[in-house]
Amino acid sequence: MLELIVISTLNGVLFGMLLFLLSSGLTVIFSMMGVLNFAHASFYMLGAFFGFQLTKWIGFWPALVLAPLLVGAIGMAVERYGLRNTHKHGHVAELLLTFGLAFAIEEIVSMIWGKSPVDYRVPALLDFPAFTIFSTNYPAYKIFMLAVSVVIFVALLIVLKRTRVGLIVQAALTHPHMVGHLGHNVGRVFMVVFGVGSALAGIAGVIAGPALVTQSDMAAALGPILFVVIVFGGLGSLPGAFIASLVIGLVQTFAVALNGSLASAFGPLDPSAGPSVLTDIWNVTIAQVAPIVPYMLLVLILIVRPMGLMGTRES
Amino acid sequence: MTTVKSSASKATATPAGGSLRFYGVWLIGIAALIVLPMIFSSGGSLTSFSLIGIAIVFALSYNILLGQTGLLSFGHAVHYGLGGFAACHMMNAVVSHGWPIPLPFIPLFGGIGGLVFAIIIGWVMTKRAGTVFAMISLGIGELVASSSLILRSVFGGEAGITTDRTALPKMFGWSFGPQLQVYYLIAFWLVLSAIAMYALTRTPLGRISNAVRDNPERVQFIGYDPHVVRYLAFCFAGFFAGVAGGLAAINFEIANSAYLGAIQSGLVLFSTFIGGTAYFFGPILGAILVTYLQLGLTSVTSVWQLYFGIIFIGIVMFSPGGIAGLLMMHRPLVRAGTLWTVIPSYLVAVVPTVALACGVILTIETVARYSGGEAINLFGIAFNPKSPVTWISAAVLVVGGAFVARLTWRRIADAWDRAATVARDRGYLA
Repeated sequence: MLELIVISTLNGVLFGMLLFLLSSGLTVIFSMMGVLNFAHASFYMLGAFFGFQLTKWIGFWPALVLAPLLVGAIGMAVERYGLRNTHKHGHVAELLLTFGLAFAIEEIVSMIWGKSPVDYRVPALLDFPAFTIFSTNYPAYKIFMLAVSVVIFVALLIVLKRTRVGLIVQAALTHPHMVGHLGHNVGRVFMVVFGVGSALAGIAGVIAGPALVTQSDMAAALGPILFVVIVFGGLGSLPGAFIASLVIGLVQTFAVALNGSLASAFGPLDPSAGPSVLTDIWNVTIAQVAPIVPYMLLVLILIVRPMGLMGTRES
Repeated sequence: MTTVKSSASKATATPAGGSLRFYGVWLIGIAALIVLPMIFSSGGSLTSFSLIGIAIVFALSYNILLGQTGLLSFGHAVHYGLGGFAACHMMNAVVSHGWPIPLPFIPLFGGIGGLVFAIIIGWVMTKRAGTVFAMISLGIGELVASSSLILRSVFGGEAGITTDRTALPKMFGWSFGPQLQVYYLIAFWLVLSAIAMYALTRTPLGRISNAVRDNPERVQFIGYDPHVVRYLAFCFAGFFAGVAGGLAAINFEIANSAYLGAIQSGLVLFSTFIGGTAYFFGPILGAILVTYLQLGLTSVTSVWQLYFGIIFIGIVMFSPGGIAGLLMMHRPLVRAGTLWTVIPSYLVAVVPTVALACGVILTIETVARYSGGEAINLFGIAFNPKSPVTWISAAVLVVGGAFVARLTWRRIADAWDRAATVARDRGYLA
């Protein structure tokens, strides 16, 4: 039991940090530009596939640098040639554009790399157990993922809160015209922010690819959870996104690890009852429910606190 | 949807002769629905017509949200799917209990299925509009779609729930075994739902929904609660989506978890938006086009969904009013008699634009068939995906086409401006 708790906590924090890496980019883009980037998870997927392809050609470490740069460049192009022209039609049009983009990216990826998972492996340098805990080997690669996530988290925080760049970014968010009058190119600031957000998603993709499964539906599987994270945490709130990521990461990981059901806790139902909704709910295991746990949290937070955990705005 | 104009101007601009034209359009539509299967009577076209009819009801119901109320939903298929399951369970119950309910009434129960879910979950969902609603609808959609695989006794797991439409009590001696009879059943419900949904846009609720879409704060000032209005619109949309799901369940005699999923929600969003949300006939056009493309493209190319995505992105970027918006844009020009000044620039633009489209198609098909190596047949010319000639011609078509097309599009914009100025002077354009 203790073993399960320790391992699940580690994995939960890991998954949570990964979620945060993605939702931080999404949140920064959203709070700056008001654009909800539906294609954010697709950039994550692109990161994973570019990482896979570049690893095959030039090795993992150069890929770790190059793939996010590529993804960031694509993100900047999307902002420059797509979103900027759509902006005059309002935020819903921008959202729809990124929705169409997410759809197209998924189709392009499955067209090029196929629909089945690709063989994206952990680099040999990190392919060893980091430590043994309760006779379970914990892979070094997962520690590496955790370290990268923490480093990026801290770096993001410092850049946003402590540097001149962060000052301009924060000011452009609330007073774009004033920032423009002070001689900064607001359009370029937006483009760079969008590119950096996409590149963050790309990094998450490159490092998560070998540990999770790299295939063409990984964006569709993760995208909705990302939106749950940022609604749950409160739209536009970075600390909120951080807490929500960890909560959802932990809850889901623990749910997957637990095999109990109501039937195992309170004994089986009367067999004469026959199949019904009640028997379904009674017999389903927590592990089976794991995929829908984030969405149940979403409904819960909507009822209890519609603005999200750390959100300040009603709408 | 800041650019969307409501169809309110149409109502005010219909004096005595307008009502005749108004009913004429509906009567022509109904006549076409009756006559079409007699002209195209093959099994394939009957199947397509049935699918298109279902898609139209679904898209119109979606437009109550997107076009009328300004709610962008990514989970509309939930109501469609639950309607389908409700209809299937109802059909099975009718058969097993021997209730005297004939098949044509079943879509009503589908509608109730969609409505009940909308009533339960809608209140929480419609608290907030805009992007927040979009994300929440996505989350709820995922929740229902994933739950459907857990609650096996209700949703039948992966396999779904099957039913037999011919086992229900007969009506007018129709067994509803042949596709033709099912088509007429769908056409009947299509007309009924379309009239009901059109009437809805004319009610005070429909009008106030438009106001909520355009300016919720002012609606609040005049004493309405935007939340309640959004909730009601959501319930109506849920009901008609359920009707569409019920029709689909009758048509396929099965309901499974794919009805509820994100793909179905995405398709209805595509149809509605590509058709155009500002006019009532927009979603109808979109549903016809998307269903037809879906049926037609699947046999031609393996990556048909990518073409959808590209068409959709193109519409979002260049014509947010959809096809209906593009068509209706020309109405003042036709009235002012200045359309002929624009046509030549259109004709000039056709050539490079088609070249660009061919280049894009050739590029996509080259990549898609690269590993397979089978030839691409574009307008009778065979291209080998492995040969550099194909890549070069694709690149030339894309780059050259895009370059020339941009110039011609600019010409269109100029010609358009001149024509619009004349139309404005003559009082046909505000």
